[in-house]
Amino acid sequence: MSSIRIRAKRLGDATQIRILIAHPMETGRTVDAQTQQSLAAHFIQTMTVRHNSDVIVQIDMGSGIAKDPYFAFMLNGGQLGDTISVEWSDNKGQHDSASETLK
Amino acid sequence: MALSFSRRQFFKQLTGLLAAVCLPVPSAYALWPERHYAAGPLDATLKQLFKDKAIFPSDQIDINIPLIAENGAVVPVTVNAALPAVQKIYLLVEKNPVPLVAEFTLSEKMQPVVSARVKMAQTSDVWVIAETAAGLYRASINVKVTIGGCGG
Repeated sequence: MSSIRIRAKRLGDATQIRILIAHPMETGRTVDAQTQQSLAAHFIQTMTVRHNSDVIVQIDMGSGIAKDPYFAFMLNGGQLGDTISVEWSDNKGQHDSASETLK
Repeated sequence: MALSFSRRQFFKQLTGLLAAVCLPVPSAYALWPERHYAAGPLDATLKQLFKDKAIFPSDQIDINIPLIAENGAVVPVTVNAALPAVQKIYLLVEKNPVPLVAEFTLSEKMQPVVSARVKMAQTSDVWVIAETAAGLYRASINVKVTIGGCGG
């Protein structure tokens, strides 16, 4: 199952895009209470949002974004059948992508 | 005549081709700017991001965030930068170990509105900086955190 959930809703002339990603977003500073070992940093670094083939948002982020990142944006326009796609990659080289069609 | 014409055409096309190759292509796989996310004081981060460029205070940037965050691990924030031609929005938490939280590059199709959820290690000012064609603008707001978010 994809780590990404996209909700795109047309609101008048604009489209609200909401994105939820399942990711630990570990800072590397948290210490496990039982083992006293610090948990390795593991966080998303870059994320790209596209409307059809156009890049509309590019995000660079650090581990200051909360666990299971949520983002929302407003796109001017957006037609029935358009595609919103999202992809991310993290500091461990993992990545994922997903897309949603405007209904 | 015919030869010189075709040669001119050839050079014309060559120039066009060179321009196309040399123009920076906005890459979706842009490298993560690691130096922006160095731990340290906010001033050092601002200097790293903007050198010594002036950042003007603005009352056109609205930061919607709870003034008292019960849980610093998840603080929802919505930024509305009602300025013309906003190209980038920076989100910073002054007293986090790493002050820069995220930088959003918005295409002209986007409204200058972004929502995210940030971590806050302790009570701190939250800064928003909007980069527009006319320069840099900032707004900040103090948020009280009752439980720490980053585990120390």
